[in-house]
Amino acid sequence: MAVLNKILTLLRSSVREIGDSVVDANANRIYEQEIVDAKSAVAQAREELTLVMAKEMQSAREIERLKVSAAQYEKHTLEALEKNETALAEEAAARVASLEDELDAQTKAHASYALNTAKLKDLIRKAETKLRDHERELAMARTTESVYRATQSISHNIGSSGSKLLSARESLERIKQRHEELQDRMSAAEILDRETAADALDHKLANAGIGVVPDRAQAVLARVQASARAKAANQVA
Amino acid sequence: MKPLLERFSGLDALTSAQLAGLSVQLQPIPGAVDVLQVSIETRDELPIFVTGSDAQTLCICYLWHESEVKPEERLAMLEAMLDLNPAIPLSSFGRIGERYVLTGALAADARVSEVAQDIATLSDNARDALEALAPFLK
Repeated sequence: MAVLNKILTLLRSSVREIGDSVVDANANRIYEQEIVDAKSAVAQAREELTLVMAKEMQSAREIERLKVSAAQYEKHTLEALEKNETALAEEAAARVASLEDELDAQTKAHASYALNTAKLKDLIRKAETKLRDHERELAMARTTESVYRATQSISHNIGSSGSKLLSARESLERIKQRHEELQDRMSAAEILDRETAADALDHKLANAGIGVVPDRAQAVLARVQASARAKAANQVA
Repeated sequence: MKPLLERFSGLDALTSAQLAGLSVQLQPIPGAVDVLQVSIETRDELPIFVTGSDAQTLCICYLWHESEVKPEERLAMLEAMLDLNPAIPLSSFGRIGERYVLTGALAADARVSEVAQDIATLSDNARDALEALAPFLK
């Protein structure tokens, strides 16, 4: 494709280095002007076309009128001859001849208008195709330029802010690490939630006297006290 | 044409909504062309840059530099990128100067919600691409 070919040639030539303008801004302006001119030429051609088409229709109507008129006077000539009105017949015949001359001229004009119409239509179609191509080419050139300029701004901004572009591997590692951290935090939160829920249930059960573990210290104390009391009773006895 | 930050007002919130609430920050980049940097929480290393021309709105994510590619794997990497291109939703691999990129293109008059969706998809795709193509890198 012609447009892509041009962009490719541009990219492969001198502009591999980001920072150079991909497309000459001046050339772009000239191109824009050419597009404006071409558009106005197409508009003018369209106006001419409507004019020529109108004339073509006019001449077609005139041809019809002349044909009808010539036929009518031919009929009159015949009628005059039948009535032996020779002078009148000659006059009518002369009118027929004049109408036929006019018809001939009008037919030629009509053919010329038709030719012009076809030529103008062809011209407009070609100009419009070219215009579309030019507009597309300009849009591509502008987009390419915009992308390269944006990259230039981004590189410049990264450079001036002191941060540096990490290598892809470093980026990947960091993103993975942060992703894992996020996952860990989410898992921890989930575990905590579950534990909190379990504690709450135990508390409710204990309040209801269910599943209460006996206090071992109290039990030991009671046992020691009982043993001491037994010993004291033995000594008294 | 209005500045991108003004044109795409609310882009941060809409992108965040697309990415399950991850925080999203917008930052205009000074320069000859209007560029908007979109930074996404936990993916700071892979910011998305939005820029526009008369013809389209372009979202760009810079992946890696030519110098990071293993020379002996370069052809295989390029083929893998071409093979993957049709399969990646809404994004395409490309190269700007010496940098390999993933881009998402939208119409010049794209709505902010469409740009948000493109950015979220591009960010997911870039992370996937980095992981899938890492074996080709030094």
